[in-house]
Amino acid sequence: MSSPLSAIRGVAAALVVASITLCGVTSISQAQEKVRVAFLVKNLGNRFFDAVRDGGTEAAKELGNVEIIYVGPTSATAEGQIEIINSLIAQRVDAIAISANDTNALIPATKRAMQRGIRVVSFDSAIAPEGRIIQVDPSETKLIGAKQVQMMADAMGGEGEFAILSAASTMTNQNNWIAAMKDELKDPKYAKMKLVTTAYGDDQSDKSYRETLGLFKSYPNLKGIISPTSIGIVAAAKAVTDQNLVGKVHVTGLGLPSEMKAAVEAGATKSFAIWNPIDLGYTTTQIAYNLVKGTVKGVPGDEVPTGRMGKVKVGENGVVVMSEPFTFDKSNVAEYAKVF
Amino acid sequence: MNPSTHSSRPSLASLAKRREIVLLVLIVALLAAVGARAPVFLTPSSLADVLTDTAILLMLACGQMAVILTRGIDLSVASNMAFTGMCTALLSKYHPELPIVVTLALAPLIGFCLGAINGALIAWVKIPPIVVTLGTLSAYRGMIFVLSGGASVVTHEFSRPYLDFPRQTLFGVPALLWIAALVCAGMAVFLTLARTGRSLYAVGGNPLAARYVGIGIERCQFLVYCLSGTIAGLCGYLWVSRYAIAFTEVAFGYELTVIAACVIGGVSVAGGIGTVSGCLLGGLFLGIIGNALPVIQVSPFWQMAISGLVILCAVIVNSRGEARKGKLILRDRSPSEPQIRPETA
Repeated sequence: MSSPLSAIRGVAAALVVASITLCGVTSISQAQEKVRVAFLVKNLGNRFFDAVRDGGTEAAKELGNVEIIYVGPTSATAEGQIEIINSLIAQRVDAIAISANDTNALIPATKRAMQRGIRVVSFDSAIAPEGRIIQVDPSETKLIGAKQVQMMADAMGGEGEFAILSAASTMTNQNNWIAAMKDELKDPKYAKMKLVTTAYGDDQSDKSYRETLGLFKSYPNLKGIISPTSIGIVAAAKAVTDQNLVGKVHVTGLGLPSEMKAAVEAGATKSFAIWNPIDLGYTTTQIAYNLVKGTVKGVPGDEVPTGRMGKVKVGENGVVVMSEPFTFDKSNVAEYAKVF
Repeated sequence: MNPSTHSSRPSLASLAKRREIVLLVLIVALLAAVGARAPVFLTPSSLADVLTDTAILLMLACGQMAVILTRGIDLSVASNMAFTGMCTALLSKYHPELPIVVTLALAPLIGFCLGAINGALIAWVKIPPIVVTLGTLSAYRGMIFVLSGGASVVTHEFSRPYLDFPRQTLFGVPALLWIAALVCAGMAVFLTLARTGRSLYAVGGNPLAARYVGIGIERCQFLVYCLSGTIAGLCGYLWVSRYAIAFTEVAFGYELTVIAACVIGGVSVAGGIGTVSGCLLGGLFLGIIGNALPVIQVSPFWQMAISGLVILCAVIVNSRGEARKGKLILRDRSPSEPQIRPETA
């Protein structure tokens, strides 16, 4: 199954690369002096990353001489991202900010970029330390894990069986969050909550939906599902609504207000969380700009000025941490749904 | 399903039947094995879920089969589906007042147009089907970006009827299943009773002979891609409505599942052989695997390997049957093989 699929992805990626290269040629001649920051996201057509870009654009406007290039593969693969990195190197952008589809696979490509003087930072989903200068964590893994367990406990009344519906079993951030959730569950106050299984929906609606139906069948006493992925949480909430299990099975996790509005209104989801992607894009752009201008090196202990977000401190392994995720429920989901 | 009018080759029909019986036995064995581990899988409501979940695959497999019968292949079905799904989703978002009938008519129409592009390029411009549909696979998916600007359409943005229609029940059966039944039955009638439907077998089985007896090969080719496209379009709406989200990656790579369903169902990739009932069994087989693996709690790392292995086994069983069939055709037709190569003029 993998080889024809990757061939197809290759074709898709090639098309994307071709279009980027075309765009690149025109912009090189237009803007000699501008600092060009490329946002390479996991995949296009994802509102979360669109909001990240909006934050980047906001920072670019403030800084004045920054140009944001927004690129990504059509599907969330490391191969697609590598091809795009190569084309960005050819375009000689000044900085690349990446949300990685694989912790290690991108390292050779990003190392090549750094050798050519391009400042590489990763945000959201990290690249291993040797493949980038700074990683911007929208929130801390531990906080994200804890938050989701708290929301689950709140929705299901602190006791019963629940399951996790993740994306692909190889995704870095998903696995880190799941590990953090398991850590949080060791707290005695969650003693009556039992994590029964972790299912993988591969960030495809149909597979996530099918896996959710499978969970209902395998665990008739299931009281909750945590899905730390925006596609999984929508599919799980839809399955709960379709099977008339609203009130019996509670869905929570990480999702976008615009995509979760219906689930919250239907009652399938009481609350869910996400960090602010606009702030994430804004901060990442500020950091990339400072690295390009040479005001900071990006070594642990550095303090980077980040405009309206104040200052961030570079921690161990070059990790910058923002804040704890923001919770959405009936009271505020409609308002934020208009934004992202 | 038994084409009794073609009494000149009863062996073919009986072979096809035997293969379907083998597949049926396989499916029953699969159900029994899953049921032994997780009895809940065999409850009526659970089986109904499996059927509903597989309905879209069954329709697409029927369309794909018609294409494969003529020695072609339609790789663009999933992209066609995603594009049509996005079109109907945007329409529902910006014109929620439009009655559902409009969507139901428009979706197959858009799919038909996309299929007709494939068909025209293959039948009259004479580009090989795999090249054309590989191209349109990318092109149609690319068009979704152009159309939507990369943004998704999500649950609360759809109109109520758009989401509710496939779930509405008639005699306790959801509309989605009624539509699937109609499409599959229509396809079965077309392929067994209609003259054009029968001629598809001739076009794939022996193009030269088909031309000698006056069958318009180009017309048949054009027709099958239109058919496949139309079904894909209809399925596009049904898919988006089922999962209540339209985004660029809808059904990414799904064309391979559709083709796998056909191959498992005994449709010969060399053309000319295949039945709707075989296709349905092939689709059901995949649907049951897809739904059963999560329930019997196999590690996700094993799931892909297992489903691949099972598909491989089914294909091996099938190709053994086919090998015998192939010899029969050659013996029946002509002593020199080169003659049955498709001509280009």
